[in-house]
Amino acid sequence: MRLLVTLLLFLVPVLGVWTFWTAEENGWWMPETVTTYGPDIDYLFYLILWMVAFFFILTEGLLVWFVFKYSKKDDTKGVYSHGNHKLELLWTVVPGILLLVIAFSQMETWADIKYRGNLPKTPPIAHVWASQFDWRVQYPGADGEFGTWDDVESPHLFVVPSDEDVVFILHSRDVLHSFFVPAFRLKQDAVPGMAIPVWFNVDKAIDEEGAEDKEAIRLYDLICTELCGWGHYKMAGRVEVRSREKFDEWMAEQEANVMSNGKEDQS
Amino acid sequence: MSVPPIPSEGSSAASEGLNPRAPEGQRKGLGAEGTVYIEHDHHELSFIKKYIFSVDHKMIGLQFMFTGLVMLGLGGALAMAIRWQLAWPWTEVPVIGELLFPATGGAMSPEFYTMLFTMHGTIMIFFVIIPMLTGAFGNFLIPLMIGAPDMAFPRLNMIGYWAMVPGLFFAIASFFVEGGAAAAGWTAYPPLSTIKSAAPGSMSGQTYWLLALTFSGISSMAGAVNYATTVVKMRAPGMTLMRMPLTIWSLFIAALLQLFALPVLTAVSIEQILDRVAGTGFFTPTNLVVNQVNAEGAGEAAGGQPLLWQHLFWFYSHPAVYIMVVPAMGMASDILSVHARKPIFGYKPMAYSMMAIAGLGFIVWGHHMFASGMNPALGMTFMVSTIMIALPSAIKVFNWLGTLWGARIKLTSAMLNAIAFVALFIIGGLSGIWMAATPVDIYIHDTYIIVAHFHYVVFGGTMFAIWAGIYHWFPKMFGRIMNERLGQIHFVGSFIFANCTFYMMHQIGLAGLMRRTADPYAYEVYAHLQPLNEFISISAFCLFFWQGFFVFNFFWSIFKGQRVGRNPWKATTLEWDAPSPPGHGNFDRELKVYHGPYEYASPLVDEDYLQQTRSVN
Repeated sequence: MRLLVTLLLFLVPVLGVWTFWTAEENGWWMPETVTTYGPDIDYLFYLILWMVAFFFILTEGLLVWFVFKYSKKDDTKGVYSHGNHKLELLWTVVPGILLLVIAFSQMETWADIKYRGNLPKTPPIAHVWASQFDWRVQYPGADGEFGTWDDVESPHLFVVPSDEDVVFILHSRDVLHSFFVPAFRLKQDAVPGMAIPVWFNVDKAIDEEGAEDKEAIRLYDLICTELCGWGHYKMAGRVEVRSREKFDEWMAEQEANVMSNGKEDQS
Repeated sequence: MSVPPIPSEGSSAASEGLNPRAPEGQRKGLGAEGTVYIEHDHHELSFIKKYIFSVDHKMIGLQFMFTGLVMLGLGGALAMAIRWQLAWPWTEVPVIGELLFPATGGAMSPEFYTMLFTMHGTIMIFFVIIPMLTGAFGNFLIPLMIGAPDMAFPRLNMIGYWAMVPGLFFAIASFFVEGGAAAAGWTAYPPLSTIKSAAPGSMSGQTYWLLALTFSGISSMAGAVNYATTVVKMRAPGMTLMRMPLTIWSLFIAALLQLFALPVLTAVSIEQILDRVAGTGFFTPTNLVVNQVNAEGAGEAAGGQPLLWQHLFWFYSHPAVYIMVVPAMGMASDILSVHARKPIFGYKPMAYSMMAIAGLGFIVWGHHMFASGMNPALGMTFMVSTIMIALPSAIKVFNWLGTLWGARIKLTSAMLNAIAFVALFIIGGLSGIWMAATPVDIYIHDTYIIVAHFHYVVFGGTMFAIWAGIYHWFPKMFGRIMNERLGQIHFVGSFIFANCTFYMMHQIGLAGLMRRTADPYAYEVYAHLQPLNEFISISAFCLFFWQGFFVFNFFWSIFKGQRVGRNPWKATTLEWDAPSPPGHGNFDRELKVYHGPYEYASPLVDEDYLQQTRSVN
């Protein structure tokens, strides 16, 4: 039993580290980020990953070693010790400082991304409406005003320009939903009764093969991550990123469509 | 047999009638220093009084334990159905498929899936883990470990168990009402949970769910009042607070957590019931359009704020997370020390760190809401408090390791499970730091990393501690010992399959897969995760069926296990002074405590253990 338990406990850190080590090549890892703040989030993720990995290997390693070493048949008494004040201080102060470092290192990035005061000063490009079980994007249309007859509505597809700050207002018509684009490192719940401003800036144009092409039209999955009912699993949308030029082309096309439809209505 | 009362140093009048609710056949009172003494009256209780409406804390503890184990089987079965759907979505579910879903050829529907994980979480938390830890072990161990004849309020204790029964009824009956059981997640976020047309489970299943929670809350409250009072008032002479075993500290702290947090859950549950049935507007906002129908026009409530529910729900449910792990920590500490034949390393830091976890536990609830639309500045403060709660957890891990250093470890089944608790709690604890860090949480919030994290804490941590506790205290419960060989087989399989099941969820979550999805492959980018999900599901099935070894061992040992005496583990704490199993009133001799709870390897005596009641001059 002694050797078997040692082996089992030994496998925990070994396989644990191995799965993380090989995760990227197996596709068990975060998709490459394409937004301006994505790298900051990833940096903090890796910062914690390294600290956690150190303590994981240290504590699991000690556990394996102690269990192996001290479970030998031995009729003598164990060490009669109720603790050690210096050690307690050591393993209180050191992790305490490290945790504070982790905590304080998060603050700037969080404030940059989320604080209302740091919201880019550009006007919102669209209102995004979530409902069971789809996404609808409402652009202001030719007159630049939301809620007028010439608004452009785009179901399931959120088209945005690249390389500039995009602000949109997130709403829900019914229950809670959540707007999640993994490659953007962006997630925000949509709450009925609240209008929540959200922003991002896609500055990298990485396609599925990892090549960078600023002119290409890139599609990213938009995923609902807050349970919203039976159809939660299929509440999918797409975010389409285009260069400013191509975005304007698309928008002009849409506006023209709305205009011609409007004329038909009037006639 | 009758034990003469200790000659009371104080007023002897205190000996009579101080506790009129004491079990029948037993009179007791509090003498000086809270001395408790008993007179036995030997007369047989009827079957109903002994096994059903018992006021004996040991029987009530066993009632909670058997109920918890049955519900564990049910919760586990729901998990198996979840895992089937995640590995092979929309295919025929074995065994139950044809029976439940004849229309689809045995494949489950997405609304059934949402019900599955909602009820899996609900049952596991409110009807397995909490009743097992505080109900079963709390009841069984507190009086025995502090040297009391019973709980302070035995009849309230009985009510505590029987208040859970309507809760069980509502939880199970909800599966059979129109629309099925609740399907808004175990967190029951409105408006999904309050608007009847939003989900089939929100028709009447959700009301049943809320009632189930309310009754389980009454049960916990009755227990918590009892545990706290008993620990404060009924300790044996010499049992100072700093001589209490860490199990008692942990159960005492958990009881305080329940006392302060539960009223909030009860209040919000009732508010949600009112929103659903009486037209109040606590949580349901105005102007909702659900299924193309204006909700207000359809008679739904309006004027509320969904985030209010989240705040109040987590104000209870985050401390509840610690109610679910702190007693496990205490039990694991005791079991490690006994089977390592060595004093616990850093007793006071261990006790203080549990208090710190409980105290901080009240100001971290907002970390469940970083993505919720709550003011981001609040997120900042919740982040700092949440990250700092890792500190007392780290102190505990280092002290457990310190306990094993220089030990003489006996690899009993109880010890194996306690070691596994430490090994797996480390993983659950460390992964929590990511979730606490607000910017990182933006990505991992509501993904499978969260699922991996809390299963490592609650399954890897608490469940292994519960197994350890059952193996360890089984001799005291039934006077017989569980089979070691079967216990070892059970441990090895459980350890392997639990890790195979839950570790890989980290990877799935890192890839970005969200929780609570009925079909992960609805998104092309997650199609490649199917082999991994199949591996997890197969591991989960093995884990589930491997528990057959435990179930067999448990029942076989109750009747056929080897009989043991009072103290099979050569342990020091008071419960091992009582007969196995203890009779009414627990102890057959007067108790006085002379030492701390962890005098192993003491140089004062020849043996490697010095019982708390043994005086050494």
